[in-house]
Amino acid sequence: MRTVDLVIIGGGPAGMGAAIAAYDAGVRDILVLERDHRLGGILEQCIHNGFGLHRFKEELTGPEYAWRFEKELRERQIPFRLNTMVLDLSDEKIVTAMNAEEGIFQVQAKAVILAMGCRERPRGALNTPGTRPAGIYTAGTAQRYINIMGYMPGKKVVILGSGDIGLIMARRMTWEGAKVEMVLELMPYSGGLTRNIVQCLQDNDIPLLLSHTIVEVHGKERVCGVTIAQVDENRQSMMETARFVECDTVLLSVGLLPENELTRKAGVPMDARTSGAVVDQRRMTEIPGIFACGNVLHVHDLVDYVSEEAEIAGKGAAEYILRANSSQVEPITIQPGKGIRYTLPQRIDRCEDTTIFFRVTDVHAAVRIRVKNGEGTVMMRKRPRVAPGEMETVRLLGTKLQNYVGQTLTIELEEETEHGT
Amino acid sequence: MEREIICTSCPMGCHVTVTMNGEEITSITGNTCARGERYARSEITNPTRTLTTTVALTDGGVLPVKSDAPLAKKEIPHYLEQIHEVIVERPVLMGDIILEDIDGNGVNIIATQNVF
Amino acid sequence: MVYDVAVIGAGVVGGLIARELSRYRLSIVIVERSHDVAMGTTKANSAIVHAGYDAECGSLKAKLNVEGSRMMEGLCKKLGVKYIRNGSLVVAYRTQDMERVQELYERGQKNGVEGLEILDSKALHQMEPSLSETACGALFAPTGAIVCPYELNVAAVGNAMDNGADLLLDWEVTAIAAEQDGYILHSGGNSVKARYVVNAAGVYADHIAAMVGDTSFTIHPRKGQYMLLDHDCVGTVRHTLFNVPNELGKGILVTPTVDQNMLLGPTAEDQEDREDTSITAEGLQKVQENARKVVPTINLRGVITAFAGLRAVGNTGDFIIESPRHGFWNVAGIESPGLSSAPAIAVYVVECLESQGLSLPPKDDFVEERRAPHRFNTLSMEEKNRVIQENPLYGHVICRCESITEGEIVDAIRQNPGARDLDGVKRRTRAGMGRCQGGFCGPMVTEILARELGIPLEQVTKFGGSSYLNVGKTRGGADA
Repeated sequence: MRTVDLVIIGGGPAGMGAAIAAYDAGVRDILVLERDHRLGGILEQCIHNGFGLHRFKEELTGPEYAWRFEKELRERQIPFRLNTMVLDLSDEKIVTAMNAEEGIFQVQAKAVILAMGCRERPRGALNTPGTRPAGIYTAGTAQRYINIMGYMPGKKVVILGSGDIGLIMARRMTWEGAKVEMVLELMPYSGGLTRNIVQCLQDNDIPLLLSHTIVEVHGKERVCGVTIAQVDENRQSMMETARFVECDTVLLSVGLLPENELTRKAGVPMDARTSGAVVDQRRMTEIPGIFACGNVLHVHDLVDYVSEEAEIAGKGAAEYILRANSSQVEPITIQPGKGIRYTLPQRIDRCEDTTIFFRVTDVHAAVRIRVKNGEGTVMMRKRPRVAPGEMETVRLLGTKLQNYVGQTLTIELEEETEHGT
Repeated sequence: MEREIICTSCPMGCHVTVTMNGEEITSITGNTCARGERYARSEITNPTRTLTTTVALTDGGVLPVKSDAPLAKKEIPHYLEQIHEVIVERPVLMGDIILEDIDGNGVNIIATQNVF
Repeated sequence: MVYDVAVIGAGVVGGLIARELSRYRLSIVIVERSHDVAMGTTKANSAIVHAGYDAECGSLKAKLNVEGSRMMEGLCKKLGVKYIRNGSLVVAYRTQDMERVQELYERGQKNGVEGLEILDSKALHQMEPSLSETACGALFAPTGAIVCPYELNVAAVGNAMDNGADLLLDWEVTAIAAEQDGYILHSGGNSVKARYVVNAAGVYADHIAAMVGDTSFTIHPRKGQYMLLDHDCVGTVRHTLFNVPNELGKGILVTPTVDQNMLLGPTAEDQEDREDTSITAEGLQKVQENARKVVPTINLRGVITAFAGLRAVGNTGDFIIESPRHGFWNVAGIESPGLSSAPAIAVYVVECLESQGLSLPPKDDFVEERRAPHRFNTLSMEEKNRVIQENPLYGHVICRCESITEGEIVDAIRQNPGARDLDGVKRRTRAGMGRCQGGFCGPMVTEILARELGIPLEQVTKFGGSSYLNVGKTRGGADA
């Protein structure tokens, strides 16, 4: 069987970023496997701008952001295969892949980086009552129709869910001549970025109805309308508020799910909170030599963060391949506490400066983020505003981590008003 | 008169209050940094947006494009119409000018993808 | 031309009848109002091959169910259709329900069902460890099985077509004229003539019968709502789990499917509307509650889709296979166990036609087997490589969730009866049937359909009629 030092599954921003970082850290024998006919992943259909503000200090479109990485990949002559689907991954790091030219082939890797991205939650997961006509798409499917294929899914649109792709598609479809009637959001706040609410909805006079949902889909062959209703604080529909809205298209933007089929096949332990693998600070999973980064690990709101994480994973994999040194200390466990949905990494086994990424469960103004070991406070950080849609970070210094070897650190949220400021 | 603007310069999304006396801005409050003030000022005087869309390729595909600088927000529908008239032949390289000086101020519509 | 036999309805019953007829030197036409086969009751039911203990002794249902259940495995093999004999359990949750289990056991014995056993709680839980602790016993029917109804349906019609039968789709019978020597079926301005007619029109069978003056029976639709769970939920349950029917109703089943999903349902809701297959919050609630009662650990977050189907319930309590006038046969009221009985119904109906003078000269070149499509992800590595070498389209995965290749999709469009829409591809190949429900592959399958059928992209539909998928090019799209 062919052997390769590092196999990277996925040629989107995560996979490309990891490949470049691993190369720059000294790994030369790399193979990137991409299922689409080009590199770039989902960025290729994200033709709007707003990518790269953190990383490049400029506003790029998705394809432009992807090209920056593809160029670097090509300059380094890192090998990649397109139209290649990975069918299996074993815990021994045997990768089984397939394409039309080579058929099925297997590669024994020293290390593997999982970078398969995520997919959208479909209607089925929502069990929306009503008929099952044509005209119901996830926002990303509509994006592919319009931006890649050049076809319009419909003319009169209701969008369920205020995730960023839904907001972006509200503007995109308006600019292509469709009438976007409204965006409905089940929660009392939007899951999308503020700039998207302003530039996609407010700019185009598209109403955002918070605490609303679709209670019935109508139409036998093609959607002809939806019944919408307000929901109470327990997210139960208040049928007395129900009303009919005519439309021929429903777009769903109700969340993203990491695509971890291969991760599960390899038997990598998962975190139910992130729907991704449990990883350490290098983004190594609990199976030594298997790493993960990007949306397959946890869903990011900005691609800039994906690139940052890819770099960590790429470096981590390089270190694993070249030096094969493992943990240095007994692991420190990081776990979410009050008000926190998840933390990443979940484990630290080296006392170096480490950024912990996390998401909160609700929107809050003026909060303190506290990292605790039992009752003691390890560190505290104030934030003027937090929201579930926006990833938060705390940075733990290596010198400080030395004091907590083998312990569990909990990240908690407290509202400043509760304790005074 | 007061106008509230949500700043989009960063994810914080400050609610900035702009107080005006006729056309004149008398105060800007609620922003947490200088970018917030700049953003609020431009939103009042001349709001601009980067425009992104697709143009047709002669073989039936589409090519993503953008304005290489922000354009006046209120003129965007008008610019879109102009852009959608264009049909481009392959190959096109990222950065190629598709429509030159669309607004009379030197803003070009450029390709954002390589198509071969 | 005059056909020997016209079959109205390309569901699993009509399809198998046509296939059975295609053994003989007869000209056969199947007419179907929908854009594809398997679009009525066949599309959405419990996908169970019942053992045959349920139907009243001496009824047509009992006879045809037991016969059909015996025939099913061999038939599936010939048609290249998946069939798994996983066994059924009729589970009692109250001691008084064990009497009912005993009754079913005795009835099953009389009906000729093989291998029935009554299990106590311990034996039952050994067999199904994740079953609720409150389960106190069950009837075990080892001949109970699972099959995919539309897969069987497509294969049956395909095999009939391969053996010369014609299929007319989008062909709704609007009037029937009885002639001296047969019947003329009208559909709008089109017509076909046939010496014999089989009415297998599902929920509309009474309307069709009325067109020749037969109003002796009525059909009413009974809605069943279902939920389908993702592959990772499989393994929780191996057998098909029924509840003992009691005064609280017939209960809702929990079963694995041949495609490694878990199926929960159905509800039983009588309604007037013969088209309404909408799902309701209350219906799904009921399905979920029952599933939790049967398997308390069931992962309901694994739901990938919910759907509803209509059973064609007749007013006689039994299958209605009768001839109101010479040469015209109703095959109506084929509710549960209709799928299980379908192979036997087909043979029985051909005998009925023969009894009215249809001569059945055997066809020398009848091919009773149908090439099973490559199910790529079930092949060995060597086989996969061989298939890709023959046709590189098999090396291109289109549906990521179910690992369905372009080769399989093209095959489904080309093989009888060819898929003509997105749902048709989905039913034949499972592309779009997985956890993302076509989010990734839908646009790509649409492109393949347009290419293979030689039609513009905007003419590709989800399931025919006005179920269009897009409204044409974007403003920035060319009129290439």
